Amino acid sequence: MNVLLDNFALFREGFLGTVELTALSGAIALVLGVIMAAFRVSPVPPLRAFGTVWVTLLRNTPLTLLFFIAALVLPRLGLNTWSFFRLAVLALSCYTSAFICEAVRSGINTVPLGQAEAARSLGMTFTQTLRLIILPQATRTVLPPIGSLLIALTKNSAIAGGFSVFELFSVQKTLGEEGYNIFAIFIWVAVAYLIITLFISAVFRLLETRLAVAR
Amino acid sequence: MTEVPVPKDAVPAADDLVVLKDVNKHFGALHVLQDINLSIGRGEVVVVIGPSGSGKSTLCRAVNRLETIDSGLITIDGKPLPQEGKELARLRADVGMVFQSFNLFAHKTVLENVTLGQVKVRKAGKKAAEERARSLLDRVGVGSQADKYPAQLSGGQQQRVAIARALAMEPKVMLFDEPTSALDPEMINEVLEVMQQLARDGMTMVVVTHEMGFARSAANRVVFMADGRIVEQATPDQFFSNPRSDRAKDFLSKILHH
Ligand SMILES: Nc1ncnc2c1ncn2[C@@H]1O[C@H](COP(=O)(O)OP(=O)(O)OP(=O)(O)O)[C@@H](O)[C@H]1O
Ligand SMILES: [Mg+2]
Repeated sequence: MNVLLDNFALFREGFLGTVELTALSGAIALVLGVIMAAFRVSPVPPLRAFGTVWVTLLRNTPLTLLFFIAALVLPRLGLNTWSFFRLAVLALSCYTSAFICEAVRSGINTVPLGQAEAARSLGMTFTQTLRLIILPQATRTVLPPIGSLLIALTKNSAIAGGFSVFELFSVQKTLGEEGYNIFAIFIWVAVAYLIITLFISAVFRLLETRLAVAR
Repeated sequence: MTEVPVPKDAVPAADDLVVLKDVNKHFGALHVLQDINLSIGRGEVVVVIGPSGSGKSTLCRAVNRLETIDSGLITIDGKPLPQEGKELARLRADVGMVFQSFNLFAHKTVLENVTLGQVKVRKAGKKAAEERARSLLDRVGVGSQADKYPAQLSGGQQQRVAIARALAMEPKVMLFDEPTSALDPEMINEVLEVMQQLARDGMTMVVVTHEMGFARSAANRVVFMADGRIVEQATPDQFFSNPRSDRAKDFLSKILHH
């Protein structure tokens, strides 16, 4: 009896669930993270404060707790039409964005101050300075930590399985209840995760070498 | 307006481009700029000299608000410096700045360095910006380096590109903060020559420098600073041959003897 072949459709569904969760949450987290990093270095104090609160709250709250809030509290506050999948994406992307924000911010800090001063003295606005001068130069230092964060996100997405979102980890639960060898199930689930995380590593390695050549 | 003869710098003439009035600035407990009053006329070349830590850079940077001031007023072409924001960005485009450490954009080619501001700030067309950039790069003698990255150029070449980058914005006034201090001796002259040409072409310039040769030949006025104050202002001839203050005498005897 082969767990994988017998239940390929189920595995596929779980795999795609995890990919979807990860890809969507990752994309949103990247956008949010960069925006929050911009807030944190902005000259406008309320924006800076907002960025700081965002990072402090989300980075220091256990992800499982965020999932509970997303699944149990937010629907009562008006998000009652949202599917569990959407709420899971919300929890994962907000949580991850806090870490991405800090990675981006540390990247920004590696760019010499003179670069921003030169840009500002040419008459560039804060956003132009960040977008055209600082972020492009920060990208290279920021890529490796962001790769790691997306890998962590892939694995964190397993928590969504506990909240009625079908993904890789739910496959294990379903099959385990059907009496398959738990060992075999785990191995195939692990392989599936590995495919996703190795894919992310490969993409980031490619991006890094690309950027290294471009200079 | 007044019959009493007053020193030139006390009453801003109608044609003053940059005016600092009672400007004060602290870094913590350190009073870096103390009651600075200074007016710079259109087309005037003012050299600022003084011992290290006297506030020359801070003065320079305050003019385009890279440093904020605690009190006083700075106007450029009659307009007070606005708060941080779009308005200030627009005003900064009119004030060219050249740094000691060049600060060319490291991820952009020389040509892109000179076109970027024109396109993004002045909203010039790409074609026109490139043409202008190339002619400016030729003018400062680095036309053949247009497609290189800053790190591939010598310090002197980088600084000339930085001057071209600032000029590309068609600034009303150019600020230079020790533009040759980070350069090897053999490269100092190539930069000074570009600046001298600029002065001859009528650019309004504020130059912080220790290059006394440049001050003598290009400056209309020397401003001597010490301990956050403007201690003395005079023509280069007067200042170098016959300084009035003891601080200036002391300073000159130190720098002219090595
Ligand atoms: N960002 C800062 N924070 C605190 N102190 C500062 C800062 N920038 C400058 N200072 C101090 O302010 C004083 C004046 O500095 P400034 O750079 O204007 O001097 P300077 O005349 O340009 O000197 P130098 O000839 O060495 O360049 C110095 O004592 C310096 O240490
Ligand atoms: Mg200085």
